[in-house]
Amino acid sequence: MIAGKIISAEEIKEIQDIYKHFPNKSAACIEGLKIIQKNHRWVSDDAVKELAEILDMSPDAIDSVATYYSLIFRRPVGKHVVLVCNSVSCWILGCEKIANSLKDKLAIGYGETTADDRFTLLTIPCLGTCDHAPAMIIGEDLHRDLTSEKLDDILKLYK
Amino acid sequence: MEKPLTQHIKNDNTWLSLKEYEKVGGYEGLRKALKLSSEEVTKIVKDSGLKGRGGAGFSTGTKWSFVPMGDDVPTPKYFIANGDEMEPGSFKDRLLLEGNPHQLIEGMIIGAYAIQARYSYVFLRWAYHHAAKAISSAIQEAYQAGYLGRNIIGSEFHIDMSLHTSVGRYICGEETALLNCMEGKRANPRTKPPFPVVSGLFGKPTVVNNVETLSNIPHILNKGAEWFKGLSKTDEGGTKLYGASGRVKKPGLWELPLGTPLRELLEVHAGGMQDGYKFKGVLPGGASTDFLTEEHLDVAMDFANVGKAGSRLGTGTIIVLDDKTCPVAMLRNLEQFFAQESCGWCTPCREGLPWTAKILDAIEKGKGKMEDLDILAFQTHYMAPGNTFCALAPGAMEPLQSALKYFRTDFEKHIHEHNCPWEQ
Repeated sequence: MIAGKIISAEEIKEIQDIYKHFPNKSAACIEGLKIIQKNHRWVSDDAVKELAEILDMSPDAIDSVATYYSLIFRRPVGKHVVLVCNSVSCWILGCEKIANSLKDKLAIGYGETTADDRFTLLTIPCLGTCDHAPAMIIGEDLHRDLTSEKLDDILKLYK
Repeated sequence: MEKPLTQHIKNDNTWLSLKEYEKVGGYEGLRKALKLSSEEVTKIVKDSGLKGRGGAGFSTGTKWSFVPMGDDVPTPKYFIANGDEMEPGSFKDRLLLEGNPHQLIEGMIIGAYAIQARYSYVFLRWAYHHAAKAISSAIQEAYQAGYLGRNIIGSEFHIDMSLHTSVGRYICGEETALLNCMEGKRANPRTKPPFPVVSGLFGKPTVVNNVETLSNIPHILNKGAEWFKGLSKTDEGGTKLYGASGRVKKPGLWELPLGTPLRELLEVHAGGMQDGYKFKGVLPGGASTDFLTEEHLDVAMDFANVGKAGSRLGTGTIIVLDDKTCPVAMLRNLEQFFAQESCGWCTPCREGLPWTAKILDAIEKGKGKMEDLDILAFQTHYMAPGNTFCALAPGAMEPLQSALKYFRTDFEKHIHEHNCPWEQ
C-alpha cells in the first residue's frame, strides 16, 4: 500500500501507465520525478520515498537520479523559477550585467527565493538562442535580447 | 541557391501543419522509401555522403549500416532523434524543431524503416518548450494521417513515435548518456564498443541521429544522392545550417552550401564586427572546438577542411571573439561550463576540469603564475581523446589548447601585470 501523502492516486496511476511500456519499472524514474514536480513544484524527501515504493526501488536509488538532473529541484522553489543563461555567447553579450540587475531587483542571489515566494533565481547553460543573447527563461517563457531596462516589465508579468 | 531545410519555414513563429507540409512535397520521400528495401534506403543515404550534423560528423548511412538486420536479431529496435541541443553557441536545431517538425518526423520514419526499428523517440531538451508543442502536434497529425502506427500508408511497416523531454544536463546530448537518461538513470555515458547500433536502448540496436541530420533525409530520398552531393561547395554533400553569435552586426542562422568559406559567414551574412570591435578569433563549431584566427578566414567550412586547419566543424555555429573581450575570461566561462557539466564518472574529467577552471580564474584575477601555463598545457594532454570516458573533457580542452597557442601573450600579460588588461 503506497503511502500517498505527497503523490496523489491520479499521479500514481499516471506513473504506472508509463512503466507499462518499459521493460522494467525503474525506467519510469525520471518521468515520475517530472510528474511530481509538475504538480508540487519540487521533489521532497517524502516524495522520493513514495516514488521509491511505486517503482520498487530504494529511496537512495531514486535520489541518485533526482539529484543528478539540474532541473529536478530537491529543495523548495518559488512560484516562478528564473533561469538566466550564463554560457559563452550570453556572457560575451553581457549576461553578468543582467544577472546583477536581477539580483538587485529581487534582492536575492543565485539559488535563493524571494521573501514573497514569487521568484527563485538560478543559472542555466546555453538556451540555444545565441543570436538573441542575453537570454533567460521564466517558468516556460523564453525572454531574449535582454537589457537591464526591459527587466521590470518582464518581472511584472509574473504575479 | 537551394535551401531544402529552411525554405518553407515561416517567420511568424508558427510551424508547418501537415497539410502545409504535404503541399510542398512533404512525405514524398517516405513514399519513395517504402517502395524500396530497408537496405536500399540505407545505401542511398550512404551514397549521399551525409555526415552527422550533431558535432561528430560521422557518416549517417554508415552508422545505419551497422545495425544488425534480418529475422534473427534483438528486437525491438529503436530510432531516436537527438534534440538535446545544448552545445554553447549552437541554436540551429531549435529552428528546425520549431519551424518544420514534420520534416524531422518524416526523416525519422525513413530512418526507422531503414533499420527496421519499431519505436522512435524525439529526445528534446527541457528548455525547448515551443518545440515540444510543435513536435507533439505534428506527431498527432502524423498518426491521424497514417504516417505513424501500424501498416503506415498501406505498407507492412509499423512504427510508433513519441516525444521524450529531458530534465537538464549537457551530457544528455552524448548519445550513450542520452540512452541512460531514457532508461531512467543518471546520464553517465557508456563504454564504447559496444556502440548503440548494436547495443543501445535497453540493450537493443538503436540509432541516435541529430535533428539537422535527420531533416535532410526526406530530401535525399525524394531527390536522390547525386542531387544532395551537388548542393555543397566541396565534396561532402548537402547544405549546412550555419550560425554566428558574439559581437557581430547580424547574429543569426543561414542555410548555405556545406563548404562555404568562414570569411563569407563572418563578413557577408553576419555583417562583420559591430562598430568599434575588431575580429580576434572564432570557435567555428560551438564551445568544444579549437579557435581559428585571421589566418584561417578563407577556410571552407566543411568537416575535412576545418579539420585540416586544426579545428572541428562541430555544429557549424560560430562563436566570435572580439578584441574588447578578454580571452582568459572567455576561457574561464567555457571551462566553468564544462566543469559544471561533467557527469563525474571518470577521474580525469571530474577532477581535471574544476582544476582547470580554478587556474583560469586565478589568472583572470591577477593571481596567476607562469607555471600555471605549464599546468594548463599538461591538462590539455591529460584530458586528451582516449584518456577520458567520453568526449566531454577532450572537447573542453579544444578551446583551451588553441587559446594557449594563439593568445599566449594575453595569458602572460595577466600574469606579469597581476591584473586583467581588459578590466575597466
